[in-house]
Amino acid sequence: MNIALLAPELILATFASLVILVDLFLSPSAKRANLYLTLAGIALAAAAALSLVGRNTTSFYGMLVVDDFAIFFKLAFLLAAALVAMSAVPFLERYPGAEGEFYGLMLFSTTGMMLMAGTRELISIYLALELTSISLYLLAGLAKRDSKSSEAALKYLLLGALSSAVLLYGMALLYGLSGTTELAGIAKAAAVGVSPAMLLAVAMLAAGFGFKIAAVPFQMWAPDVYEGAPTPVTAFLSVASKAAGFAVVVRVFTVALGSVQADWVSLFAVLSALTMTLGNVVALTQQNIKRMLAYSSIGHAGYLLLGVAAASDAGVSSVMFYLLVYTVTNVAAFTVVILASRAIPDDRIDGYAGLHRRAPLLAFAMAVSLLSLAGLPPMAGFFAKFYLFAAAYQSGLIWLVVLGLINSAISLFYYVWVIRQMYLVAPTGEEPVRFPAVAFTSLVVAVVGVLALGVLSDPFLGFARVAATTLVH
Amino acid sequence: MPYLSLIIFLPLAAAMAIALAPRDWARWIAGTASLVVLALSMQAFSIFDRAATGFQLTEKAVWIPQFGVSYFLGVDGISLPLVVLTGLLTFIAVLASWRLELRPKEYFALVMVLETAMMGVFTALDLMLFFLFWELELAPMYLLIGVWGGPRREYAAMKFILYTIAGSVFMLVGIFALYFSSGKGTFDMTVLAAQQYAAGFQLVVFMLLAIGFAVKIPVFPFHTWLPDAHVEAPTAISVLLAGVLLKMGGYGLIRLPFGMLPDAARELAPWIAALAVVNVLYGAAVSMVQEDLKKLIAYSSVSHMGYVLLGAAALTGVGLQGAVLQMFTHGTITGLLFLMVGLVYDRTHTRIIDKLGGLGARMPAIAVVFVIAGLASLGLPGMSGFVAEFLVFVGAFPVWQAATILAAFGIVITAGYLLWMLQRVFMGPLPPQWAGLGDASRLELFTVGVMVAVIVGVGVYPSVLTDVIKMGVVPMAQRLAGM
Repeated sequence: MNIALLAPELILATFASLVILVDLFLSPSAKRANLYLTLAGIALAAAAALSLVGRNTTSFYGMLVVDDFAIFFKLAFLLAAALVAMSAVPFLERYPGAEGEFYGLMLFSTTGMMLMAGTRELISIYLALELTSISLYLLAGLAKRDSKSSEAALKYLLLGALSSAVLLYGMALLYGLSGTTELAGIAKAAAVGVSPAMLLAVAMLAAGFGFKIAAVPFQMWAPDVYEGAPTPVTAFLSVASKAAGFAVVVRVFTVALGSVQADWVSLFAVLSALTMTLGNVVALTQQNIKRMLAYSSIGHAGYLLLGVAAASDAGVSSVMFYLLVYTVTNVAAFTVVILASRAIPDDRIDGYAGLHRRAPLLAFAMAVSLLSLAGLPPMAGFFAKFYLFAAAYQSGLIWLVVLGLINSAISLFYYVWVIRQMYLVAPTGEEPVRFPAVAFTSLVVAVVGVLALGVLSDPFLGFARVAATTLVH
Repeated sequence: MPYLSLIIFLPLAAAMAIALAPRDWARWIAGTASLVVLALSMQAFSIFDRAATGFQLTEKAVWIPQFGVSYFLGVDGISLPLVVLTGLLTFIAVLASWRLELRPKEYFALVMVLETAMMGVFTALDLMLFFLFWELELAPMYLLIGVWGGPRREYAAMKFILYTIAGSVFMLVGIFALYFSSGKGTFDMTVLAAQQYAAGFQLVVFMLLAIGFAVKIPVFPFHTWLPDAHVEAPTAISVLLAGVLLKMGGYGLIRLPFGMLPDAARELAPWIAALAVVNVLYGAAVSMVQEDLKKLIAYSSVSHMGYVLLGAAALTGVGLQGAVLQMFTHGTITGLLFLMVGLVYDRTHTRIIDKLGGLGARMPAIAVVFVIAGLASLGLPGMSGFVAEFLVFVGAFPVWQAATILAAFGIVITAGYLLWMLQRVFMGPLPPQWAGLGDASRLELFTVGVMVAVIVGVGVYPSVLTDVIKMGVVPMAQRLAGM
């Protein structure tokens, strides 16, 4: 048992408790200290995670696994947490007193995600998932005076509990069939023969995880929660929570269920087709930018499922790279929404009219991230999609690649619609949009990531490729 | 000196400089950068070895080895004239926008990004790099039409972007097919082109790639975005659209499907020749009935790009030479025609032919240059259009006699609609409301004068271009002939 292998999670959990504790003694004017404490914790955890690269070992009787696959995801979660922590400043200025809870819960949730990515044992997966989710339910309802936020939290909680139950049922079936909760043991048992109960378990796991990643037909919570939750929480949900879901999906299905691969490949292929088509088509009609980004994130879950369905090392590494790119891109887009919300309180897309006059930098950042989401070069989204579709093509899913490309074309329409508002339509007001510097820092980092990650994708893709091969061994 | 990298990235650097510089500097930065790029492309043209086939001025660097992507640039006889054309027309476009008042910083920055994309398409020898530049052109073009265009600019800009992206869906699948089936793990075009592919596979991939380029050329029935985009785009953007962007389609068609899949090209050549005739005759016939000057020129582009298709479908050295030369000459001639329409419109604020008339009396210089452009477009000997179309016909006639004869009728119709248009705009009695109009300014005269010089120069001394083009098309024609 090597406790050092758990260092990143331990550090983060410690800082989470610390933030909540310290917050009690901070005067209202010194609340910014929460942010610095959070960033320090994230930095330390990231350093600890980086020091474990290449170790590829397990601990705690196989419950904890420290492979490059897990570390890639942990770093992605930490990046998302750091960016969102900074972006949240304008929101927290409007809700004084919520700082300690926001940062503390966010760190706990991140800890849970890191454990999700770093285990191959069903009970640990479930516990980590619940730690993540319960923190997120609370975060969604953080704006207590806002009835929409409460509604979002309640919906998220109820549907989340339902999906957890389904997931548990699937896990119980797997345990019943194999007599073990370890993924490797399940794989051994499953290799003997496929029973209908096994397929039922696969379906239930897919449904349970499908909820976490907002895949159709388990997506109905996403638009309401995304719209109602405080925008920084939405940003965090849309990137980190989704990435964590995919980390678990990839690990569970690749490691434990290789013997029924043909079955889950077709299942995910169908889910992918449904998810990307519904997400992109419904996004076309949205008036609220947070709802639009919610449907867009459903669409992206569809593309990502395409990489899962590819069921190859290339597929896994392209999913990892895509999630990294998607994280910085979506955080950039949501940060603009946060920073612009003072001028556009109702988050309506119409409100972005003429933003290039009132806040040229915000408009540029938004345009860059939307074009990246649409997959246009030289933004990182182009490269991420290129790798993802190439992996799917290689695995013979050509019809899905075509559908994905058609969906990308559709998505261009609603992304460009926002750009049209910002650049082609006359502004409604003239006064410039003001925003705090620290949140702007996060935006700059994210936009630089969007512009640079693609052109300089080789090292990241290389790491993801190595990490993908560590998954099965 | 890395000429091609400089040619591609200098405009991008200029775009960034424009974003940071004061508003009044924008046009000067863009003008200087585009002039330097033009000079660099002329220099590249002059040091090009006219006795060697294959790619020259190549630059190759490892870029994304994980994926077999390299930063690989180079030009041959097919792409080099188009690089010069892009340099020339971008410079002209900047000059033609010199007096722009509306949001000049964004405008000139976007024009510069557009130049980067166009140059990249013509020089990239790596399929992913090619596709990257191909898509890079979309966002600047959307904004250039959408912000600075005419009344229906948003519709036209959106239609342009959706048509192109729909085409690139098929193109990307074709690129993946080449990449994976070659088994070489590289996007290097020269390596991929050297492979042998199964006949059925070639046919499918040829069509996938060709659809993407057909939208851009545009080939009937994928052409309907073009009149909309042209009518709404501002003058300088129309020049670039007709002058360079359509050539991206023609160039891509010759470089990728024709250059890489020769068996499929032979198989499909009759169909391409037939589409060429449809393009020539349909475009010309529709031009005949247009009431809007810009729409007339736009449909004439559809007609003239048909000759590019016909020359390519001949699969012979002469035919391909004609096709490439036609791309260059059409770029200059149609660019000039759009400039002239812009000059008339700036003064009269209408492009409806029926409302114009007798303008020759008020603006003799504009009338003269417009007539020169019209004559060049209808293929008058002594100007570049004649040489190109002549080569196309000479190359295509032995192979596709009926198609060539039919396409030659296009010239007659072209003469009809252009001369008739010139007559209605510049001859006859001058309507009283146009009595106070003035002629072209010195800057405008310089701008169009450069274009006239190029058109006449290539027309009188075509071997300045054909010597270069020949070195590019000869090896391709040999492959297409199955040698």
